[in-house]
Amino acid sequence: MSHSKNLALFDRTLAVPALVEALRKLSPTAQWRNPVMFVVWVGSVLTTVLGVQASLGHGEAPAGLIWSISAWLWFTVLFANFAEALAEGRGKAQAAALRATRKNVVAKKLASPSRTAKVQVLDSASLRKDDLVLVEAGDIVPADGEVLDGVASVDESAITGESAPVIRESGGDFSALTGGTRVLSDWLVVRVTANPGEAFLDRMIAMVENAKRKKTPNEVALTILLVALTLTFLVVCASLLPFSIYSVAAAGAGAPVSITVLVALLVCLIPTTIGGLLSAIGVAGMSRMMQANVIATSGRAVEAAGDVDVLLLDKTGTITLGNRQAAAFIPAPGISEQQLADAAQLASLADETPEGRSIVVLAKQLFDLRSRPLHDAVFIPFTAQTRMSGVDIGGVAAAMAEEGDVAVDIKAATRQIRKGAASAIKQYVVAQGGVFSDAVTQSVDDAARRGSTPLVVAEGARVLGVVELKDIVKGGIKTRFAELRQMGIKTIMITGDNRLTAAAIAAEAGVDDFLAEARPEDKLALIREHQHAGRLVAMTGDGTNDAPALAQADVAVAMNSGTQAAKEAGNMVDLDSNPTKLIEIVEIGKQMLMTRGALTTFSVANDVAKYFAIIPAAFAVTYPQLKALDVMHLTSPATAILSAVIFNALIIMALIPLALKGVRYRALGAATLLRRNLLVYGVGGILVPFVGIKLIDMALGATGWLQGI
Amino acid sequence: MNSSIVFQTGLYLLILAALAWPLSRYLASLLDGSLAARHGWIGQVDRAVCRLLGTDAEEDMSWWRYAMALLLFHVAGTVFVYALQRLQGVLPLNPQQLGAISPDSSFNTAISFLTNTNWQGYAGESTMSNLTQMLALAVQNFVSAATGIAVVCALIRGFVRRKASGVGNAWLDLHRATTWLLLPLSIVLALALVSQGVIQNFKPNQTAQLTEAVVYQQPKTGADGQPLKDAKGNPVLETVKASTQTLPMGPVASQEAIKMLGTNGGGFFNANSAHPYENPTPLANFLQMLAIFLIPAALVFMFGRWVGDWRQGATIIAAMTLLFVAMVGVEYWAESHANPLLVQLGMDGHAGNLEGKETRFGLAASALFTVITTAASCGAVNTMHDSLMPLGGLVPMWLMKLGEVVFGGVGAGLYGMLIYAILAVFLSGLMIGRTPEYLGKKIDAFEMKMVAFAILATPMLVLGGTALSVMLDVGKAGMANPGAHGFSEVLYAFTSAANNNGSAFAGLSANTPYYNLMLAIAMWVGRFTVIVPVLAIAGRLASKPRLAVTAGTLPTHGPLFTALLIGTVVIVGALTYIPALALGPIVEHLQLFGEVAR
Repeated sequence: MSHSKNLALFDRTLAVPALVEALRKLSPTAQWRNPVMFVVWVGSVLTTVLGVQASLGHGEAPAGLIWSISAWLWFTVLFANFAEALAEGRGKAQAAALRATRKNVVAKKLASPSRTAKVQVLDSASLRKDDLVLVEAGDIVPADGEVLDGVASVDESAITGESAPVIRESGGDFSALTGGTRVLSDWLVVRVTANPGEAFLDRMIAMVENAKRKKTPNEVALTILLVALTLTFLVVCASLLPFSIYSVAAAGAGAPVSITVLVALLVCLIPTTIGGLLSAIGVAGMSRMMQANVIATSGRAVEAAGDVDVLLLDKTGTITLGNRQAAAFIPAPGISEQQLADAAQLASLADETPEGRSIVVLAKQLFDLRSRPLHDAVFIPFTAQTRMSGVDIGGVAAAMAEEGDVAVDIKAATRQIRKGAASAIKQYVVAQGGVFSDAVTQSVDDAARRGSTPLVVAEGARVLGVVELKDIVKGGIKTRFAELRQMGIKTIMITGDNRLTAAAIAAEAGVDDFLAEARPEDKLALIREHQHAGRLVAMTGDGTNDAPALAQADVAVAMNSGTQAAKEAGNMVDLDSNPTKLIEIVEIGKQMLMTRGALTTFSVANDVAKYFAIIPAAFAVTYPQLKALDVMHLTSPATAILSAVIFNALIIMALIPLALKGVRYRALGAATLLRRNLLVYGVGGILVPFVGIKLIDMALGATGWLQGI
Repeated sequence: MNSSIVFQTGLYLLILAALAWPLSRYLASLLDGSLAARHGWIGQVDRAVCRLLGTDAEEDMSWWRYAMALLLFHVAGTVFVYALQRLQGVLPLNPQQLGAISPDSSFNTAISFLTNTNWQGYAGESTMSNLTQMLALAVQNFVSAATGIAVVCALIRGFVRRKASGVGNAWLDLHRATTWLLLPLSIVLALALVSQGVIQNFKPNQTAQLTEAVVYQQPKTGADGQPLKDAKGNPVLETVKASTQTLPMGPVASQEAIKMLGTNGGGFFNANSAHPYENPTPLANFLQMLAIFLIPAALVFMFGRWVGDWRQGATIIAAMTLLFVAMVGVEYWAESHANPLLVQLGMDGHAGNLEGKETRFGLAASALFTVITTAASCGAVNTMHDSLMPLGGLVPMWLMKLGEVVFGGVGAGLYGMLIYAILAVFLSGLMIGRTPEYLGKKIDAFEMKMVAFAILATPMLVLGGTALSVMLDVGKAGMANPGAHGFSEVLYAFTSAANNNGSAFAGLSANTPYYNLMLAIAMWVGRFTVIVPVLAIAGRLASKPRLAVTAGTLPTHGPLFTALLIGTVVIVGALTYIPALALGPIVEHLQLFGEVAR
């Protein structure tokens, strides 16, 4: 954990306030939230009263024993409180960093959506949803909002840590503005989209503060199970008193079991380990999400992330590096590679797209062709109608300026270079009486089959050849997908490319399936189809046109750079706007569930050993034969009971790191994972307390504490 | 281990599987309605019966309506059975002229037979007229078994259906299970038992002259019916000479068949299946044992078929079989050691503990029967359980405490086991990092709440009932044995009642108003605090979509899940009952063998 955001587990700055908080949480109202620990709390109070009674000389058991048990019961409650406080503290520390950006700032409220409208200066806390505000250069954005007017560069580093400013403008996919960011230049008119306290950040902060955190559905279900176990053991222990009274009468020996011992037995049996750590696990899960720079709007979403069966991943940015790059020039017959490169470079000089720039760069690398000043050149931009871009170099002067271009008739010196998709260029040359030769068609198909995008370059009616634009698959992504497959998660690549190209990239990246030539409605249909077949789907998206699909998906991660509509539709926002994050999110979700399951199993398995410690200790005075069950050969009945109680308290402390960090996640099949965890937490849970109780008993025996009781 | 027990258990399981597998096929087609669709006349009968019951065979009931229909049916049944017992003195088919049964015993018996428990505080031959036996008790034997089948059908529909609002039609399910399954099987079994010598007649009791008169002593009872005691508090004994024997008669075979097939267990005679007219030969005994597990086993296989994956059923059967075999092993081991106190007195201990056992069955068949009858919720006995060795008594007690999920009662065993499966899936699902699901259905808070009810109810009844009884004088009065064994007797009674088994440590005199009332409450609550939550789960599951199985789904078939299921059942059963068992049978065992060693 070298990341600066990660504090050491028991960091002093966190542990000290957590200790204070642990004491504060001793109030019954705080305990009531957690039924299992509430029972321990009641037990602590009860034994304290019994202890006072015993000290006054009317004890049902030796005062030393009662006080020892009582003290350790209080410790049990405190340890659980401490775990919760520590988890909250870590979450709050992270939240504080985010909240720092949330300081109240001055807002300029507008009366109407126009820059020139009347401005009312007020505190950002008093802004309400649908208020209009003006943000000018140097201002801090007072609330989450949507840009209605204006264009500005915005520094979002406070949220994302990314220092390069981003452009925000009205309409389109860059209209969302996050509160706390700073406008660097120009101005924006913004419509506020969240009331104070309801913004994404506020919701996230609330979720790391346990008191405000709503229990997730699975947490509720688990709590019900824990309460049921607690009630069962309550009946078991309560019935032991009459059983014991009867047995004493029947055997004519010993004394009925004391209330103190019954309380000790009850606390040992009820699932205090998981009960004490459950909320800490939940809070820690949310804070791990925050560490990954993801803001979840609900714990339910984090839980659902563990269940995901299908991941829809956008090709660009997730599977491949940003954009396609020119990889090769494939000339048509009779044209040299350099001629093609030259024409392609000319056509791309004014093309500011990453693809265009990569053509210029490749031509330079291969043939040392430099961009040159062009006079009298008219650049033809890409339009949806022509689906081509290029350049017209017109007039004699322009032609004369070129060297060695003698083949061109002076009168027709106007060069018309076009580049574009094969079908568009074909239409273009055929219209001018040219021929789109089979050789070129072959080159186009070959490139497409390799997963590349073929770009055809033509000059006038003549096809010069093909520029191969290639997608660069991210390093390591293939092993990542293999891991996902092992976890039982299917990956589907979404791309606007044609089927051939998509298939090649899908094969290279190792995804399970792909959706080619995808339109937003295709995405939505695909999600519905998978959900109908009973699978849970996760996806990322940023554009407004992704919003329906995001709303439909079970786990929907919106990019922070995306539109407000996308953010509203999703149930998580990735502040880094990194689509690969989805994989991490799934892992965090799984880890949280696994930690819960593992600790519950461990907690219940522990009970076996505790029975072997306490039952003979409590009843051997009545039936000496029951000493045969004392397989651990503990020093005395008093040390046996106290050892079990101490073990029960210490194990909570010992497992705090596991609860906060989560069970280590491995990408394995369900059956393998289960076998491994059952072995560690189930079988381990049965064995560990035998060793632990024995060791504590030996220590107690060695100190001579409770001797003669 | 003795080869006899290995051979008998092996043969038993083999024949059971050979019969249950084909029966499961028939059951699946019967209960999912495809049989009625294939054979028009069956459908016509179904519809006619439903019309007679005032319901529409096509109606698909919500879980709540389904539960209400069953409850209504049971309340009406209780009133009927109660009334018949109270009025039997003036009704026909009463060759022995038996009078009305006391109100508390009638109430207890009515609840007992309604809930498939068949706890018997009375002795059949000296209490019940033939009419009561046939019209009240046997009828309930049929419909209480059909109730179990209906409930498990509703639960399976919950797993199979997608986004459905109903779980089936209670009346149709009850009728189908009774008419097309229990009746035909009972007829076949009754005839087979008659061939072995089980009686079937309406004669009054016969008196036979003994070839040699028997002289024995018995406690003298006073005018109030209580045993007389002398000045020192010892019972006053009187010497009796008997030269004749009364042979009770009655329609036994027809009662006997459904007693086994429906895992009811209520014997015609007080001695139950130890009585030679109920269970005359080793073959009859074997058939009775087969009949107990036949439908429970077939239902598990049917479950696999119905959910579309036979391995799901096979996995549950495997868990049940392993638990069963282990328990048979312990039972036989415990019983093959004779009481060391008797051995000390010079008895030959090699034959094992034969007290309370029938020599025509022997040790192996007795041990096997004991485990079968308590693994299932049958409760018929061919051995006196009170005479079992301490650990031999612990085995049947613990099998019942597990909720009778080792094959279990008809229907009840499977739905009980599925509750455990949901519990197992809940924990293990989390451990693989997914919110839990079983057979494609997510297990949420509602299901867990219902599982909690179902699992909590019986321990509360068993431990609470026992605790109350050992505190109260009316409770302690019934104990025949002081000390730990007396405790075991009460514990056994409440265990048997709350889990609807019906077998008993007969040492406890339970036909008292206190026990009749307490045990009736335990039986009724024990039955319906499981049935209603199970139906609620069924309804909720049916309304959910069915999720796809992927490589990331927890596999609920195969050895790992079998082990997990066994682990869950054993851990829950052990943690809940170890303290009580420690003060009962465990300490009895330690006392008995510890003392001898000293």
